[in-house]
Amino acid sequence: MAESAIAHDHGVSHGAHASSTGLSNNKMGMWMFLGSECLLFGGLISTYMLYRGRVSSGPQPNNIFDIPFTSVSSFILLMSSLTMVLAVSSAQRKDDRNINLWLTITALLGATFVGGQVYEFTAFYREGLGFTTSLFGSSFYALTGFHGVHVSVGIIMLIALVGMNRNNRIPGDKAEVVELIGLYWHFVDIIWIIIFTLVYLIPS
Amino acid sequence: MSTATTHEEATENHEVEHHGLSDKQYIVIALILAALTAIEVSTYYVDFGPFFMPTLLILMVIKFVTVVSYFMHLKFDNKIFSYLFYAGLLLAIAVYCGFLATFKFFLKQG
Repeated sequence: MAESAIAHDHGVSHGAHASSTGLSNNKMGMWMFLGSECLLFGGLISTYMLYRGRVSSGPQPNNIFDIPFTSVSSFILLMSSLTMVLAVSSAQRKDDRNINLWLTITALLGATFVGGQVYEFTAFYREGLGFTTSLFGSSFYALTGFHGVHVSVGIIMLIALVGMNRNNRIPGDKAEVVELIGLYWHFVDIIWIIIFTLVYLIPS
Repeated sequence: MSTATTHEEATENHEVEHHGLSDKQYIVIALILAALTAIEVSTYYVDFGPFFMPTLLILMVIKFVTVVSYFMHLKFDNKIFSYLFYAGLLLAIAVYCGFLATFKFFLKQG
């Protein structure tokens, strides 16, 4: 009884499989995955930092970035973290209607962000910055493109979650499933916090 | 009166313990993050002089830690989750600072 109470307080949700540590295996796996993702994005960010001044041809970073536009995109992604945490909060209260509402809003905000990124890439391409134009272009598109793919995967997971929740087909503990997808979503947000500062706001 | 109050307090405590924070508190944190982002963006328009780089880096770290601690509940969850995540993060920082130092990145900045 006491062990069960301790397990509940320390990260095991109802119905989750507990490991020998008393913690949810799923949650532990997600945190390990996010820790390893830091290495992936660390490599991409540091490569960009190294190459951002290497412009043999094509536009320079400071001439091409549209800071007001990217600031709005960043704000949208930041607010999607709020709607995601409200979805997690609703799931913990077993408030099904609000779970779907907040998850849908989060997916829409994420889609707006990705749409903005597609627009930005198109504008940059038209201004002469292709993937192979310069080392700056290659490292910039690789970094922001990888991030965009992560956001897109997150949107697919959110839409799938809404569909599964509507049909009552979420396996195991619903609150934990929503929380795990929420962790992934917040992670793409914190990576963007770093990218926005190091890539866009700090000039090369 | 005391029984009712105790029951309400217990429910509230249970909610806070289970969720980490209330919805209102999450909104307040989001507003703080929005304000910090506005300060970040203002560095593009206003000359911060020698404080430009430190201001941006400090704001970035504050925003990062705030999202991880409160929105990702790491502050309220088991410490093992913090160790798993921050171990990966610190390893990445160490590896890539070494990588950048190998290419004399920091010397060029200075």
